[in-house]
Amino acid sequence: MTVTPPRLTKGPRHDGFTPLLRSEWTKFRTVRGWVIGLLVAAVLCVAFTFLTTNDTHEGTCTGPPPTGAGPNSPGTGCTTGHPFVPTGPGGEAVADSYQFVAQPLTGDATITARVTSLTGLTSTRPANVAPSLANTRPGLAAWAKAGILVTPSTRQGSTYAAVMATGTEGVRWQYDYNDDRAGLPGSVSAASPRWLRLTRTGDTLTGYDSTDGAKWTEIGTTQLTGLPATVSVGLFVTSPVTFQDSNSGTPTQATATFDQVSIDGGVAGRAWRGQAIGYGSQSFYPTLGTGSYQRSGATFTLSGSGDIASGVGAGLLGTDTAGSILLFGLIVGLLVMVVVAALFITAEYRRGLIRTTFTATPNRGRVLAAKAVVIAAVAFLTGGVSVLIAVPLGEHLLNHNGSYVFPASPVTVVRIMVGSAALVAITAVAVLALGSILRKSAGAVAAGIAVFVLPYIIGSTLTGSAEQWLFRLTPAAGFAVLGALPRAAQVSYPYTLANGYYPLSPWAGLAVLGAYAAVALGVATFLVRRRDA
Amino acid sequence: MSDALRAEWTKLRTVASTGWLLTGAVVLTVGVSAAVAAATHVTSGQGQDSTKLSLTGIYLGQTVLAVLAVLTITEEYGTGMIRSTLTAIPRRIVLLAAKAATMAGLALVAGVLAVAGCLLAGRLWLPAAGLNPAHGYALVSISQGPTLRAALGSVFYLVLIALLGLGVATTIRDTAISIGAVLGLLYLPPILAQAVADPMRHHLLQVAPMTAGLAIQATTDLGSQPLAPWAGLGVLAAWTVASLVLGGVLLRLRDA
Repeated sequence: MTVTPPRLTKGPRHDGFTPLLRSEWTKFRTVRGWVIGLLVAAVLCVAFTFLTTNDTHEGTCTGPPPTGAGPNSPGTGCTTGHPFVPTGPGGEAVADSYQFVAQPLTGDATITARVTSLTGLTSTRPANVAPSLANTRPGLAAWAKAGILVTPSTRQGSTYAAVMATGTEGVRWQYDYNDDRAGLPGSVSAASPRWLRLTRTGDTLTGYDSTDGAKWTEIGTTQLTGLPATVSVGLFVTSPVTFQDSNSGTPTQATATFDQVSIDGGVAGRAWRGQAIGYGSQSFYPTLGTGSYQRSGATFTLSGSGDIASGVGAGLLGTDTAGSILLFGLIVGLLVMVVVAALFITAEYRRGLIRTTFTATPNRGRVLAAKAVVIAAVAFLTGGVSVLIAVPLGEHLLNHNGSYVFPASPVTVVRIMVGSAALVAITAVAVLALGSILRKSAGAVAAGIAVFVLPYIIGSTLTGSAEQWLFRLTPAAGFAVLGALPRAAQVSYPYTLANGYYPLSPWAGLAVLGAYAAVALGVATFLVRRRDA
Repeated sequence: MSDALRAEWTKLRTVASTGWLLTGAVVLTVGVSAAVAAATHVTSGQGQDSTKLSLTGIYLGQTVLAVLAVLTITEEYGTGMIRSTLTAIPRRIVLLAAKAATMAGLALVAGVLAVAGCLLAGRLWLPAAGLNPAHGYALVSISQGPTLRAALGSVFYLVLIALLGLGVATTIRDTAISIGAVLGLLYLPPILAQAVADPMRHHLLQVAPMTAGLAIQATTDLGSQPLAPWAGLGVLAAWTVASLVLGGVLLRLRDA
């Protein structure tokens, strides 16, 4: 007789990660105070974004403050609104002010010119007084530019390609405001002139340089799609604001002498015509003088001021971006989130619930992991919803109040929103780990605020290298996700925090914060396994 | 009242964290001040305030005292100890007064030590940083009226911050939320002030507890401060009194 042993029935498995997640989520959502905490975080984030942007007014005042008012009071005769900022082919803010001598040209052609001298003047007037040619000293900006330019239109912000000699940066091939390639190094003088050549073949433009006009080297080439048959070609000179002496910038002017100017091929117009592009009080880019042009025989002398490059921030435009709008609201929201994340674990220790939790799930590392996933998801969603409301609201208010908000592509805006939500989530996980290490809410909240919020506050009051290192090495590096201002190698500018530039790129900054969270989580896992609960 | 005082003193004295937090407050304050003094490097002329620079550490050290003050009451709520305490001392205002007096005493001692340490650090390291008589800066010394005022005022500032923490915590009763609220109240207005335009910015700095209270530290260029030194400390005192009154009223009205 054989006995069939009773078959062991397989019940549902209870050691999976999903039930653990569900139990942690249940714990979170059934504590009313924590859910209210999330709402408070979101409401405060939006409310403070509203407060800070609604109170920002931009305008220009022609008169002094009314008598009896303090020195910081607004002046009289004020008009709201910011000066005109051109928009480049990619939708970005650009500077586009220069002296141009051009003629229309139809068809494929080669334009050649020799630059025999490039000199400059620097304004000596204080930043708040309009610059004048009467108050200058000799001084050539490093990025003063003189060369050959091709553009379909002289409207500011239109597409272009140019080959140029510069103050100290050598010969350059640049197009569409952002792209820059170096040619021959060294500066221009009568003894060492620079020959420049630009050829057009269909949509393709190519830049060459030479020291003798016989042996030519190609610097770079580009396709400007949709270039019309007839374009403006000519010589240009411009000279940007320098920031060597002051943070607010000093306008400069450059003067260049060209000879050996020739146009081969194509159907050229009959006469050269001088044009000053982007000058005047309605333009945002500060210029020195109004630009001028003289011709004697085959020799052209042009004086120009301005820049043809990416638009950069403070001193010229302010630093409002889709990211900077969020800054204060995000800090306030983070503060609340630190409290909620700390309580999510320390409350279990205080009430003794942690012993029940660990009895139910003896694998303590998994408990911590489940808690981290729940708090990260909750924080990410709270942060995400907050910024989804705050960014458009802030942008609308700033535009309404006449401030200039740097245009940002949809990709950048999404990156700022996702990055900010991730910043909140990573901070919440790190504070959860801190709470698990310290096991007391007082220590966890105080340490959480001191480690993850205070470095930003302290850092924003420092200057120089201390500030740079603080935003590279401390958790404040994570705020780099808010960075949205364009940074251009061919624009000499103080790219400092005060001007809205973080020392790290957005994802690198977030990675620094993530490293802190990972270390905290590692220590917490180690300790939670080692210690008695 | 003296029984209540003795009870509060015993409670604070016999918890290990009190000693650690007080030591931490002094060490952190002096440490930050010394670090700032050592990292300072002045090359040109005027514009620096040696005394204020020496006292930078208070900016961070105050958090520790605020945390200690919060804990003196929220821990009682957290552990249920408050019910025993109120059974022993049924007059709740007397209890709060005893807690405030004990806390003020401890904060005073920690404050005197911290401020003395800060000024010593400033005296020792700032001359090497360029803030010396050769550059037109007097050495940090409490024999000068403004420096004495800044030193005494900073001690009072720390006492008032601790009492503000106690008042807020008596109102909120939860450790984590109280600490978040106190630190938010201290640190958020200065950042908000960076973001808003001038009439509002100026008023914000005048009414916020930390920026108004720290006006007491300025010894030069008083015009650039949001408020006159003692008026600033008065604003902080008003915050403290308001928080203690609110906490006291709620302590009387609510069940523990």
